[in-house]
Amino acid sequence: MKVRNRRRGSDKIELQMTPMIDIVFQLLVFFIMTFKVVSMEGDFNIKMPQAAPSAAPPEQMEFPPLKLYMTANENGDLSSLTLNEQSFEGNNPFVELNRYIQQEIGLDGGPGSARETAEIEIGFDFNLKYTHVIGAITAVSGTKDQRTNEILPLIEKVRFTPPREAE
Amino acid sequence: MKIKKQSDDDVLEGDLTPMIDMTFQLIAFFMVLINFTQTETDDRVKLPDSSLAKPPEIVMEDPIIIQLTDQSEFIFGRSTLAVNQLQSSLSREYQGIQFSGRDPKDTTVVIRAHGDAAAGEVQEVIQVCQDVGFENFALRAQENIQTFKYIAPTSGP
Repeated sequence: MKVRNRRRGSDKIELQMTPMIDIVFQLLVFFIMTFKVVSMEGDFNIKMPQAAPSAAPPEQMEFPPLKLYMTANENGDLSSLTLNEQSFEGNNPFVELNRYIQQEIGLDGGPGSARETAEIEIGFDFNLKYTHVIGAITAVSGTKDQRTNEILPLIEKVRFTPPREAE
Repeated sequence: MKIKKQSDDDVLEGDLTPMIDMTFQLIAFFMVLINFTQTETDDRVKLPDSSLAKPPEIVMEDPIIIQLTDQSEFIFGRSTLAVNQLQSSLSREYQGIQFSGRDPKDTTVVIRAHGDAAAGEVQEVIQVCQDVGFENFALRAQENIQTFKYIAPTSGP
């Protein structure tokens, strides 16, 4: 049997790199194409059974249920924001609302505290953009400590008032 | 002048090791980041921003996801429905959950609505779900870095 001579001069075994590089590049292209930059998503949990009763009778609550109402202009943008007769204006009324809630409710969440018992009912015009509703829920449900980046909760019981018919 | 002889082969071989190292690192990077769960999302829905939107620590068990576009389309599963059709689909889902031995009242309905969608339509979805018998809702939002300033409590006099 004829044995093929080894290559002269070197004892190195040379691996064929080309197929491996081909496959590796194919994999790389696949992962790059399927890569999608998405920002993190989170939820606001709302427990809302049909005809939900209040958690406690109003006389036992330190705060009566807060009622927030948002009206919309014809484009669906926010035109007014009122919380129990008090209206919030300015460039960003949600910042004002958040500040008000922080002052009124406080961040103390011990048993029987205002924060624990407080409830809020959010109502709005039919055509209001949903982003404003999320803005209001964000403003009433918490704030973030700038130093620790920790979320400090405010009102946890959030409900919607029954929908109004579109005008 | 003495000229160094080339080796027997005339083929010049570049060193491929650094390139392969880098390529494998890139593959590992993309492999770790790939997320197939994003298939539940729809490009027509652009979620509103919220600074408090944090991914939940406990993963929800088989949530029902309803999406709402700014064109008043309700997306449930893979189909685009109107409100009245949504009710029958949700009723079937409710029966399916009951049949599998779980309590439908523990099931969370995740609402992914476009930021420009009419909020009244989101309420319509909630009402339809309530009519069917679902109680737990999760309004989904996208995390952003803007936040409300925390007012430190003022110290007493």
